[in-house]
Amino acid sequence: MERRAFYRNPVLPWLLIGPQLILVLVFFYWPTSQALYWAFTLEQPWGGGNTWVWLDNFIAIFRDREYWATVARSAFYAICTTGLSMAVALFLACFVDRSLKGTKLFQSVYVWPYAIAAPAAGVAFRFIFAPQSGLIGSINTLWPGIWDPSTNGIHALAMVIICHAWLGIGYNFIFFLAALQMIPRSITEAGAMDGARPLRRMFDLQLPLITPTVFFLLIMNLISSFTDSFGLIDTMTEGGPVGSTEVMVYKIYFDGFKGLDYSGAAAQSIVLMFLVIALTFVQFKWVEKRVHYN
Amino acid sequence: MIERSPLFNFVTYAAMILGLLVVLVPFWIVIVAGSQSLQEVSRVPIVLWPSSHLWENIQSAWLRADLGPKLINSFIVAIGVTAGKILLASISAFAIVFFDFKARMVCFWLIFITLMLPLEVRIVPTYAIAANALLPFQVVLDTLGITGLVQAVSSVRIGLEWNLLNSYTGLILPLVATATGTFLYRQFFMTIPDELIEASKMDGAGPVRFFFDVLLPLSRTNMLALATIMFVSSWNQYLWPLLITTDRTHYGTVVMQLKALIPTQNGTPDWNVTMAGALIIMLPPLLVVALMQRWFVRGLITRDK
Repeated sequence: MERRAFYRNPVLPWLLIGPQLILVLVFFYWPTSQALYWAFTLEQPWGGGNTWVWLDNFIAIFRDREYWATVARSAFYAICTTGLSMAVALFLACFVDRSLKGTKLFQSVYVWPYAIAAPAAGVAFRFIFAPQSGLIGSINTLWPGIWDPSTNGIHALAMVIICHAWLGIGYNFIFFLAALQMIPRSITEAGAMDGARPLRRMFDLQLPLITPTVFFLLIMNLISSFTDSFGLIDTMTEGGPVGSTEVMVYKIYFDGFKGLDYSGAAAQSIVLMFLVIALTFVQFKWVEKRVHYN
Repeated sequence: MIERSPLFNFVTYAAMILGLLVVLVPFWIVIVAGSQSLQEVSRVPIVLWPSSHLWENIQSAWLRADLGPKLINSFIVAIGVTAGKILLASISAFAIVFFDFKARMVCFWLIFITLMLPLEVRIVPTYAIAANALLPFQVVLDTLGITGLVQAVSSVRIGLEWNLLNSYTGLILPLVATATGTFLYRQFFMTIPDELIEASKMDGAGPVRFFFDVLLPLSRTNMLALATIMFVSSWNQYLWPLLITTDRTHYGTVVMQLKALIPTQNGTPDWNVTMAGALIIMLPPLLVVALMQRWFVRGLITRDK
């Protein structure tokens, strides 16, 4: 915000920024503070307002073994999705960056997953992985019962992770390609003059130079896999079989809207908020330190 | 390309084709299964080639999930969010970048902190606010004692209430209330050279004139990028519409209907109908992205970095 401001007017800026401020206050700050209030209070069973219970709600969820299982599952989910999605996208971006003939065609298709609604992809992948249908399920005719995500929790979790990773390919690809294309051509040429083959240049030149993007995407992907998984899980497994795909967002929804335990759900929301804020904070700190390679 | 290397070129093409398969397989399956009959889609292993029943499947999916009105709802929400966001984002970024007023930095941070927490993590309390969007103002009036004062003077009790459940406003407003667009516009406005503003001042143009005649035409690319991003993300919303519409028949969006298309545990496994429905539902945002790719890629990158 170093820019010099140009206009002075007592009313106009407030008229311009007012609508946005009101929306943000009503739909962001109020709900967030409300969540804090609920997290520290407990609603009386017979009505009559909330009583202040300090950290009881948090202690209750932290004592709950099931909650920790959900947290661990979410972390596993986030790490696998992020790793898988970024690896595929980076692999593709590295090759597209060579800009051989016809690359544009490939490039535009790789972006497509970005446009797809998570529940739509969820439905498609559910069919692809359905044990009775004729795709992945076909292996059940060779070895009966070897693949069944509707009863096997590990299979179900793997299925959701693959789908989430697929959805992220487009977004990650766009950023990796942009970062690779920003590397000055002269550096690559100098590398080639020194006798580095394309593969060597990928590992020793390009990858180190795009670390800021790698890190940025790492954080963005982790945040989105912690928060965005609801649509997928609701259409693919509904948290099952026996809770083996229940992640944090799904549990919040379930406890809050099905179980009507607003205080518990609010406390869980606060934990998730802290997680997201911490990740964002790490990113700011790190990016501040690292982004000055040209 | 820097040097000739036929072998590595071959590897490159092979890798890119492999990537094409990874990306396209789900789309292909949706098209293939959506065009087959019940017998064909239930065959194990499935034939990976489209058949001729696409139109019938689309018709039955259309009926089963009531896609007509739901598509209209989705379009209303997506266009409403897109238009609202572009309008609000451009004017608020204009105020932040070009006006000198005391609370400028405070406003800036108030708006940009919202980038940090996505709607999903604060879904429970946001739902409560949707039941009465004027609640914060009521609480402010109550704590300031204004309610009591007015009641004492005029014996009218102030009761502010505005229920957003089952309304387009409720579907649209909370999605407009984030800072993504404002940030994009701000980044763009910061690149406007000072000379341009001085020149327009010299010509006697005030801020409003400057906004409409200089800034808006210059930010056309920006607007297209934001429009694409917003259209796609609001069309694809799932959790929020699910919560805020209890009256599905009138206010349901098309993405919410996907679950209704999935064959039930013990029902007919007519995945062909499901896939035909999914095809219709995923097509509009896909078309937008495919057509607007050039602009939206640029917008996405300036927004997040």
